Amino acid sequence: MPAAILLIAFTHYPTVATVIDSLFSKATAIRPSRFVGVLNYQRMLDDPIFWKVLANNAWFALGTIPTSIALAILMALFVNRSIPGRSLVRMAYFTPTVLPMIAVANIWLFFYTPDIGLIDQIASWFGFSGHNWLGDPSTVLPAIMVMTIWKEAGFFMIFYLAAMQNIPPELEEASQLEGATRWYYFRRVMFPLLMPTTLFVLVNAVLNSFKLVDHLFVLTKGGPDNASNLLLYYIFETAFSYFETHFAAALTVVLLILLGVMALLQFFVLDKRVHYR
Amino acid sequence: MKRSRSISEVFQSSLETGAAWLLAVLWISPLVYAFWAAFHPGEYAVNFNLLAPLTLDNFREALSQAPFPRYALNTFILVSTILIAQLVLCTLAAYAFARYQFRGHKIAFALVLVQLMITPEILIVENYSTLARFSMVDTILGIGLPYMASAFGIFLLRQAFKSTPKELEEAARLEGCGSMGVLWRVYVPLARPTYLAYALVSISHHWNNFLWPLIVTNSVETRPLTVGLGIFGAPESGVNWSVISAATLLSVAPLLVAFLLFQRQFVQSFMYAGIK
Repeated sequence: MPAAILLIAFTHYPTVATVIDSLFSKATAIRPSRFVGVLNYQRMLDDPIFWKVLANNAWFALGTIPTSIALAILMALFVNRSIPGRSLVRMAYFTPTVLPMIAVANIWLFFYTPDIGLIDQIASWFGFSGHNWLGDPSTVLPAIMVMTIWKEAGFFMIFYLAAMQNIPPELEEASQLEGATRWYYFRRVMFPLLMPTTLFVLVNAVLNSFKLVDHLFVLTKGGPDNASNLLLYYIFETAFSYFETHFAAALTVVLLILLGVMALLQFFVLDKRVHYR
Repeated sequence: MKRSRSISEVFQSSLETGAAWLLAVLWISPLVYAFWAAFHPGEYAVNFNLLAPLTLDNFREALSQAPFPRYALNTFILVSTILIAQLVLCTLAAYAFARYQFRGHKIAFALVLVQLMITPEILIVENYSTLARFSMVDTILGIGLPYMASAFGIFLLRQAFKSTPKELEEAARLEGCGSMGVLWRVYVPLARPTYLAYALVSISHHWNNFLWPLIVTNSVETRPLTVGLGIFGAPESGVNWSVISAATLLSVAPLLVAFLLFQRQFVQSFMYAGIK
């Protein structure tokens, strides 16, 4: 099976090789790579940048996922009704999704540029002074989060829209006859029915928050002072800028463990709570 | 029985329409802005004057600074190579998983699904050394190889094949089809919506992919659009903003046009792929 060979070559073999590699030291000209046990992990635990990027990843996920999901549900509710120009509205929501992250970052880079950027220009009309959004460690991560939400909400909307169209309309009619408010209907009927979608979107969103680091290349390179660095970008830097492949392997193992925990969580905890059938 | 709508209901629904439109305008405005910047001279980048002169200079400038047509060709080759390989490999694998009960097929399938979580970009370090060992760094094939056996594709097609009635296969067998004939004449045609959905998702994913191609490529002959754009737009290169906008539009144009033309299919494909 050719598919099996490729899968093994690019998924299973590297996973195992990463774990093995992470136990070896960096090869130098005078000293070949040798077995060092958990030394790379020791170094990782002592590395303040590692903890920094991990915390950043957590903040990034917390800051983007709930907001994008809420916006996605709102968008889906909007376009699930028959409003004038519905397909145009839907297209507006969805278009950012088909753009590459690199292009998105290029567009937003200019919004955030200090003084001449769009945000600062508009702010200056109202008398605010310029702010270096991407250069200030306290605003750089939120700035990137806003952009990510813009890119992802429309994507998640699609899944909610599909799920909403599968909800029988009789349910809404019935709740109207019972005199329930629309908010009550959404909270007690629709939202629970959307739970499987929410789970699916949640898993995807968490995966994406670890996987998607393209924008960092254009916007910040992880700076200033690692204030916007994320785990996968740090792995990239370690392996391909500093050539510390073994340390990078140790970092990759952490990422793999995080993803593994998420997969298990999805299988054993959430799946049971979500399906009522 | 239809209730007559009260004034407050009408008011509420028009309020909602307004909100929906407001959000839509807000959502599309960054893109509209990129168009504005790309088609106007640099000094109008933040000066929204409707009478500002239109120009194509930014596009000319962008094209003269980087070989975007070459990048586009690379992207096109990359995306189509991956897609063709994926369709062939995933069809065969999915057929095996859907219709044959070989030893350990459950474990094998679970091992395939591992890739849904651990995607190739997470293993950049190790995959790079694998490619280096086969001296395939900086080749288009090298960019595509880790993606060709797609767990997502195998999964989607297996679902589609499983829902195909067995009677059709038996009928085809009576007509004298072999295993491959059955696959080609019965399963593949019936799974056409799945193929379309998967192809659109795959194309847009690989058109937009950046990190892995960035690592693998280091020459103009292999670099796809995203990587070319990433290098072009790097802050330190000091290129004029309007030119960057033009370059950005150049690189997304083919996909964007395709999306606008086949909007319905795109949206439906993403939905379809998501539900399964």
